[in-house]
Amino acid sequence: MIRFEQVEKRFGSKKVLDGVNFEIKKSEIFIIVGLSGAGKSVSLKHMVRLLTPDSGRVWVGDDVVSEARGAELERIRARFGYLFQSGALLAWMSAGENVGLPLREHTRKPDEDINGIARDKMRLVHLEEAYDKMPADLSGGMRKRVSLARAIVRDPEIVLYDEPTSGLDPLTSRTIDKLIRDTRDELGVTSIVVTHDLHSALSIGDTIAMLHEGKMVEMSPPKQFIQSRHPVVRSFLESQYITTRGAWEQESTQP
Amino acid sequence: MMLMEAFAHMGGMFRRRPRHEILHQMYVGGIKSLGVITVVGMFTGMILALQTGLELRRFGLQQNIGTAVTVVMLREMGPFMTALIIAASVGSAIAAQMGTMTVSEEIAALEIMSINPVRFLVMPRLVALMIMMPLLTVYTNMVGIFGGAIVGATQLEVTMTAYFDNARLYAENKDLYVGLLKALIFGVVITTVACHQGFQTKEGAVGVGQATRRTVIISFLTILILGYIVTRLFYTL
Repeated sequence: MIRFEQVEKRFGSKKVLDGVNFEIKKSEIFIIVGLSGAGKSVSLKHMVRLLTPDSGRVWVGDDVVSEARGAELERIRARFGYLFQSGALLAWMSAGENVGLPLREHTRKPDEDINGIARDKMRLVHLEEAYDKMPADLSGGMRKRVSLARAIVRDPEIVLYDEPTSGLDPLTSRTIDKLIRDTRDELGVTSIVVTHDLHSALSIGDTIAMLHEGKMVEMSPPKQFIQSRHPVVRSFLESQYITTRGAWEQESTQP
Repeated sequence: MMLMEAFAHMGGMFRRRPRHEILHQMYVGGIKSLGVITVVGMFTGMILALQTGLELRRFGLQQNIGTAVTVVMLREMGPFMTALIIAASVGSAIAAQMGTMTVSEEIAALEIMSINPVRFLVMPRLVALMIMMPLLTVYTNMVGIFGGAIVGATQLEVTMTAYFDNARLYAENKDLYVGLLKALIFGVVITTVACHQGFQTKEGAVGVGQATRRTVIISFLTILILGYIVTRLFYTL
């Protein structure tokens, strides 16, 4: 579905992605973890050509997104929903208007239909009551859920999540995790999640990939990931108190 | 490039959302500036009348202040003072808004939703200021000329009738048109500089502050330079 081929990206003298290769399968929840500055969000931005690689290619299906322009890029981007770390809601529009915005801009549907779809998506993220609220009146977790509703309003094939649980309390984080899983289960979308939160990664991910200093140092299903012998992975796991198989199993069995 | 793109998108400005946005921006950028423009326009005309009147009175020619104030307001001070106010208030606000949207990834979100930020954000502001700048300049001119008349009547013994008769005698339609052309150009300059600086914002709140400051400085300088060039094009010795 999405394939990185020898992708390299520099910002000044710093090499953020250093020959990264990986492939994400359809309907998979693919988690990218790593320390700050490891290149996680940069990888995500390459998938929708918010950034372009210095060398290498990024494929989305049969399209090379890293070389797409104009109408072709629009067509590729229409396949994506993107949940930004900050929510990135337009401050002067209500939550409902934010959710309906992509439909208003890209379809000729009447307002009643657009409002109906937006309400449905708000219901999906359990925020129907916040439809008329302004972003400033919402909590961080609510803003992210509205942003998720906006990301899925056009029924995308792929949803990208940039730090969906950062800055949220554990309960809200688990709600977001459940939403990511439900979105995949109910809509069949391919989900790529960038996160620092290993507990979240282990509980929802089908594959977990770890970036370190621009290189992919580990990529495996959660059970294999926590058994990795790679020193960077071990250190990362231990920093979040995931040192045993039991710790992960306890997390993963939570409802 | 951004300006060309914004002009290219103007074909869609009569659709419902852009039309509402343009009207909103006309209100924010124009109507809300009327208070400060009234004060600045009035005192600009009053200062012009007082300074020229005091000099002209030495030669017994103070009845000519009507012409002096009207011509200077129409050709230069009307569009110039209006542009400075709009650059400082509206231009800086646009830069701050665009800058905040850039650093909070709202612009990136628009791009991913395949919503062109130039069409969505720049074009309505450009159209709004292209409409409002000439209208505000006409208003500044009227207030300034009236301010000059008040000073003439109260301090220079020039009656209102004599002041306006004198103004009509020498002021030409060309003075008004050139001034309005300047206003239109200044509107384009302010919007383009503000949006460009906003979109280039980096480094969070500090970057937003820098974008705002750069917008005001670049707009002021460009307005001054273009003001001279337009004057030079239309008025030669």
